[in-house]
Order: sequence, then C-alpha cells, then structure tokens
Amino acid sequence: MFFSRSNSPHVATETDVALIMRRVLYALIPGVAACFAFFGWGVVVNIVLAGAAALAAEAAILALRRRPIAAALKDGSALVTAVLLGVSLPSLAPWWLTVVATVFAIVVAKQLYGGLGYNPFNPAMIGYVVALISFPRQMTQWLIPHSGGHLSLAQTLQLQLGGSVPAGLKLDALTSATPLDTLKTQLGLHRTVTEIWNSPVFGHIAGVGWEWIGAAFLLGGIWMLYRGVIRWHIPVGMLSSLAVMALIFYAIDPDSHASPLFHLFSGGTMLGAFFIATDPITASTTERGRIIYGAGIGVLVYIIRSWGGYPDGIAFAVLLMNMAAPTIDYYTRPRVFGEHEK
Amino acid sequence: MTNHTPQLWRFHGGLHLAPNKAQSTHAPIASMPLPTRLIIPLQQHIGTSAEVGVEIGAHVLKGQVIGRAVGYVSAPIHAPSSGTVVEIAERPIPHPSGMSATCIVIDTDGRDEWTPVQACPDYQSLDPSALRNRIREAGIVGLGGAGFPAFIKLNPASAHGVDTLILNGAECEPYIACDDMLMRERADAIVRGAQIMRHALLAKRCLIGIEDNKPEAFAALAQAIRQCSDTGIEIVPVPTIYPAGGEKQLIKVLTGKEVPSGGLPLEIGVICHNVATAVAVDAALNQGRPLLSRVVTVAGAGVRTPCNLDVLVGTPVSAVIAACGGYTDDAKRLIMGGPMMGFTLDNDAVPIVKTSNCILVAAAAEAPDPPPALPCIRCGACAEVCPALLLPQQLYWHSRAKEFDKVQDYRLFDCIECGCCAYVCPSHIPLVQYYRYAKTEIWAQERDKRKADLARQRHEFRLQRQQRDKAERDARMQQKKAALNSGGNQDARQKAAIQAALQRVKEKQLGAANAPEARPDRSKDEEHPTGPVDPSQSR
Repeated sequence: MFFSRSNSPHVATETDVALIMRRVLYALIPGVAACFAFFGWGVVVNIVLAGAAALAAEAAILALRRRPIAAALKDGSALVTAVLLGVSLPSLAPWWLTVVATVFAIVVAKQLYGGLGYNPFNPAMIGYVVALISFPRQMTQWLIPHSGGHLSLAQTLQLQLGGSVPAGLKLDALTSATPLDTLKTQLGLHRTVTEIWNSPVFGHIAGVGWEWIGAAFLLGGIWMLYRGVIRWHIPVGMLSSLAVMALIFYAIDPDSHASPLFHLFSGGTMLGAFFIATDPITASTTERGRIIYGAGIGVLVYIIRSWGGYPDGIAFAVLLMNMAAPTIDYYTRPRVFGEHEK
Repeated sequence: MTNHTPQLWRFHGGLHLAPNKAQSTHAPIASMPLPTRLIIPLQQHIGTSAEVGVEIGAHVLKGQVIGRAVGYVSAPIHAPSSGTVVEIAERPIPHPSGMSATCIVIDTDGRDEWTPVQACPDYQSLDPSALRNRIREAGIVGLGGAGFPAFIKLNPASAHGVDTLILNGAECEPYIACDDMLMRERADAIVRGAQIMRHALLAKRCLIGIEDNKPEAFAALAQAIRQCSDTGIEIVPVPTIYPAGGEKQLIKVLTGKEVPSGGLPLEIGVICHNVATAVAVDAALNQGRPLLSRVVTVAGAGVRTPCNLDVLVGTPVSAVIAACGGYTDDAKRLIMGGPMMGFTLDNDAVPIVKTSNCILVAAAAEAPDPPPALPCIRCGACAEVCPALLLPQQLYWHSRAKEFDKVQDYRLFDCIECGCCAYVCPSHIPLVQYYRYAKTEIWAQERDKRKADLARQRHEFRLQRQQRDKAERDARMQQKKAALNSGGNQDARQKAAIQAALQRVKEKQLGAANAPEARPDRSKDEEHPTGPVDPSQSR
C-alpha cells in the first residue's frame, strides 16, 4: 500500500494568524465601547471607514502584486490596523483624513515593504503620523468627552462625511484640547500642575473620560495576556518605564510635572502599551529585548510629552523603537542550551 | 531508594501534548507470526554500514552474523531467523528521503533455528573491553531512535568512570508506548542491563528517568529494584513535557547539567541509554543473544488493533500491520516514529529496523495536511517553546535567505528537530523543514569545501613540486655550467698535459729514429747547423 508523504511534526495547534488577529479585535471591544461612550458615533464611523479603506487598499495592492487576495484579507491584520487607526484619530476626523491615513498605512507602510510580516514600522502608527504631520489642525480637534451622546449618528455623518457643521451646533463649543495638550500648553504658561488641574478637562486621575478609555484598553490588554495573545514583556516594560520617568520628575518637582498615574491613563498610553507596541512584527522578539523595547517606548513617550513638540508621543516613540528593534534583537539573544552564561 | 523525591530541574519551553498512548497499552506485548520473508538492511545504525557476510543461496541460522561491522563506529547484523538468503540487493529502507540501500533478503524456513550461542552471566569477571566487545558483537545500537552503536557509549573514557548513567524511559512522544510496555513487562531485564552498563561504565549511580504518566512502568521497575540488593539504581519520575525524552533535556531534568553546545554528555560525566538498549544488553550477556527483534508500537486510527508487538528486525511494515488486523478505511499517513519527529513512509514494503520504535498509521484528523504557510509575524511563540533556547524565527529567516553563516551564528546545530516550534507556529511554517534544509546545505558546503581544500592542497603541492623540480633542475644546470667553466680550465691544463705527454712520446719516437735531429728545437737549429750534437744532451 502507498501513502502520501509529509514532514514532521505531523500535528499542530489550532492557532493561526487569523485567530490571533481576531482575538486582538475582541480585546479592542472594551476600549472601542469606552470611546463610543465618551465621543459618540464618530469612533464608529472612523472604524468603518478605516476598515473599508484598509481592505480595499490591501486587496488592490495584492492584486497588483499578483498575490492571493482572499487569504491575506482573511488573516485580519488589515482590520486590526484599521481599528487601531479608527480609535487613534480624533472622533470628528473628516472622512478623507481617515482614508488617507489608512491607505498610507496599508499601501506604503505595509504592502510596499512586502506585506504582512515584512514591514519594519507599525503601519497604524505610520498612518497616524502622516495624518498628524500633514493635517495638524484636524488632528487636534477632539470632542469634549461627555458620557451622553451629544451628536446623533446623522449629525456625526454630516460632520465627517459632509464636512459641514449641523445647524444649531457650534464646533468650538464641542471640541477642546485634550488633557495632555492642556497640561502642556498651561505648563508653558508657567502655571503649576495644581492650578492646571482645576480645569474641567481633568477627572480623578487623568482627563475626564480619557481615564476610563485607558482603563478599558487596559482591561482588553489583560484579557490578551490571559489568552496568550501577547506576552507581558512589552506592556510591562513600557508602562513601568513611563511610570518611573514620571515618578522621578514628579518627585523632583510636582508643580511642573504630572503624576505617574496621569501619564499612565492619559492619551494613548494603554492603547499603545497593549495594542500597538505589542505588534510582534515590528517589535523585538527576544524576551529581554522586548522589555528593553517596551521600556524604550515608555521613556520616549515621557520625553516627547514633557519636552517634545507634541502633547502625546506614542506614535513617534513606537516608530523610533521599531527602528531599534533589529539591533536590540541582535544584542539580546538568549543563551543557547549548553552554552555558558556570558 | 525511591522514597525521597530527588531534586529535578526544568528545561526551557516544551509542550504539553495529548499522550494518545492508552490505545496501544491495553494489552501486553504480543508476538507476531514469523514472517515468510525478512528484508535486513546492512545499515541500521549511525556510522559505517556493515558489509555483506553471506552469499546468496546460503542457509543461515537465527543469530548468525550476516553483516560484518566495518571500522569502529559500526555494528554487525544478524539473521533474525533461520532460512535462506535469496537476494542481496538495493531495497527501499525506512529513511526520511525514501532512499534504497543494500539489504539481505532471507526467506525464513519456519524452524527459527538458533545458531549456537554462549551466554556470559558472570559479566563482572569480564575485562571491560571484552564486555564492550560482546555488546558490539551482539549488534546492539541505541534503540531510542538514533541507533548509535551502544558499545561506544559504554566506554568510561577514563579510569574514574562516569558519574551518572541515565536510562531513558521518558518516552515523551505521543502514541509511542513500546518502552512503557517494556518497563512494565521486562523490568527485571532492564535492571540487569542497567547493572551491566553501570559496571562497564564504572558509573557511580544510575538514574532511570520515566515521565510521570507511566505509573505502571514505575511500579514494575521499583519492584524489580527492590528484589536486587544495592543496585545503585534510582527511578525518577519526571514531569510529562515534550521533549523530556530528548537526551539533553532528560540529562538537564535529572542532573541540572547541560550538555555543552556541540559536545557530548560524557563531557559532563553523564551517559544516556534507552531502557530498551538495557534489555538488549541483558540478553547479549545473560543469554548470549544478539539483537534480533524489538518492541514496536503500532498505533493510530488507521490500524484496526493498535498494540505493541515484538517484531523481528527485517519484518516488512505490511506484515506488522497485517498482524494488527490491517488498515482501517481512515488510514491516511504511514509514519515511522511519533507524530512530532517521525517520518512518513510512502510504501509499507520497507522493513522494521533496530531503531523503529513506532508505526503510526494516522487518520486524516491525526496528521492533517498542513494549511498553506503564511508569512512569519515574529510572534515569538516558537522561541517560547524551544527546548534548546534558540530563536527559531531568526533561524527560519536566515535559512530561507540562505544566509548559512548567520544560521550557524544563531546556533542551528543546537537544534534537535523536536518540532515544538513548528507545532505552535500560527503561520504554519514548516520550520523544521527549513532547518533540515539549512543543515544539509551546510554539510554539503563543508563537504565541497573539504574537497576544494583537498584539491587546492593538491594543486599547491603540485605547483610546489614543479617549482622544486625546476629549482633542482636549474641548480643542476648551474652546477654543470659552473663545472663547465671552471672545468674548462681544467681541461686546458689536462690538454696541455696530454699535449706535453704526446710531445714527449713523439720526441722519444723521433729520438729513437734519429737521435741527433729528433728534437724539434733542434730542427730550428738545423737552419743554423752547429755541428754534431751530443745525443746525451737531448735527454
């Protein structure tokens, strides 16, 4: 009797890339829900737009590259990029901003480098940075977080797709600077943190609403750790180095430096720590390397927030550490079995 | 001896796999009908192939040598049963590549008649080298899978002996249960074999490592040890984590020591043998019987009655399957070995050899076709499970790019091909395949390099020789020339001397003819005749 051949091992786990990506998407649900609760329909519109743009861009490039389209779309990686962009962009971002950022992320940052697995930089963050540098005004228009829906879906659509402010609404009354932005600007005016904290944008430990969004992303992140979708090294490295940096300067001069908790629950810290820095393709792959990589992001985030030109620095910090990842990997190779400790 | 819990160590990574062993352990080890035809490959071990020791048509007895060991790292081959040698030819052998090699084909006569054997139960009186020689002559090779000639690993290499002899009864791969059954049923033989090995190695202690999912085997061995006095043997249950049965991993778990990268267990005072090898050693000494058969696990949903069988070496796989009730309709893949490290056979005509521990007839669900590979997303799951602490994704990356120097830099050759990385890979990349490819390429390159080096050496030597010859020739020419030049003067002197001598002879002759005018100077003088010359003056 004759049989077909195959190579060992002849068995494998059920995991695959699509399952991992699906789990990342599930883990994003609490954070997205929190964003929806505080910023309304705009987040949903962003995600839908980004998702459609990402899939279309991915399919188009794969067709040009004569690669199998269906298999690549099914792996879910383009959708993850899209959702990450959707929650990172301001909730009132005009449609073209979302589309430009997403298409750039998928086409230039991912597919031009060879597609999934070959991109040296985090595509979502490349898209975000392109939007931030090219369209700074639109990128800083954040809604004032309200727990209630302040804009109906129709109004949101009119704003984002139509580009016109619905009758009876004043955009200036709806938007404000983010807590991080407020802090940065006010510190620049030589006010103390305590004085600045009196502003209505601040809540219990960080910005109103933002602190809850951070907590929701943290929750999703912990679930991913529990399910083994991500490992602890990068988030722990990043959050602890950010906290340590903040603590040092807070201890030295609490009047001009915000508390570690504020930094942990502001801006994109939690989203970045669990969902962006942990992108395995662009991160370091060794255990020690991942801690260093995460810690590097945390330090850079603090530096950019405190002394840089932008109120938040997740995207830049991640991209900078992306560049360092191969070098970190090279110098943090584990001791091979049977090798003496160096 | 076993009432205290010894300290255990942990190796990095590994997998918890579904054991699937119970399907074959429900019944004791069974024997099977004598096959009518045995196909015995001459190479069933690591090292040099044995050479044919019989002729076609010869009648051989069970246990008779039919293949002679060649060189040191080699093992003889014996006739597993009595019968007639009908063919000596290339036959497909169980090998990952599906290659063929020289086999001796014996048609059995059904009498299963033994050649005279000589037992040597008093092994302690044997000289250690004589003891090793017995084991060598019995054709015993490592039965755990590698098939390294066992006698070589019974050399203590120094007068101090080795520290620890480890018997590997971990049997970590799913489905395989032949060692488990052997430990349950032939614990006495294992203990006796262990004592012989310990004696040969002058080992201070002997540890038998058994995965803790084999309580029956543990109990049987414990019982066997209790019946002996001071065996120095300790049974240690080790956690069931694949690949705890890997030699390096088991040594680490039991002793905390790591075999140096690229080195041998002996370097850390440890020698590791399989429990089945111990049984073979016992039979070789206590019964004088060479290694003719082994226990084989037949398992999987593709075979009707999974079981453990005592199978003669050379038995075709098809006969083994027939003895297990034949294939089921689900039979899809035929694997020799386990699902993690075994290799597929495309044909069940190949024989069982000394190293065949399992025939897994897998149904589609047990060995599914791998889904198409996706790009590596560098998730690092592979590095997490790698028992050798390698970075499999880096090895993959560089193997794929054919950057063989970098692959070696990432310690490709410390990879034991256990398959853990490929098992967990979410992109379904056949990682082990890439490593095998890279290893083969590197070996080929090294072979080519050695050849090229040899050719270059030869070429350089030839050039050197030519230069030397030329130099010597030149030197000779020079010498000749010099000799000619300085020798030219000599010639002139000689010539002059000869001339002078001739002259004198002439003069003599002339003087004899007419003495007074004979002298040449006189001839001049003749122009000026001066009167008669005194002949005496011419002298």
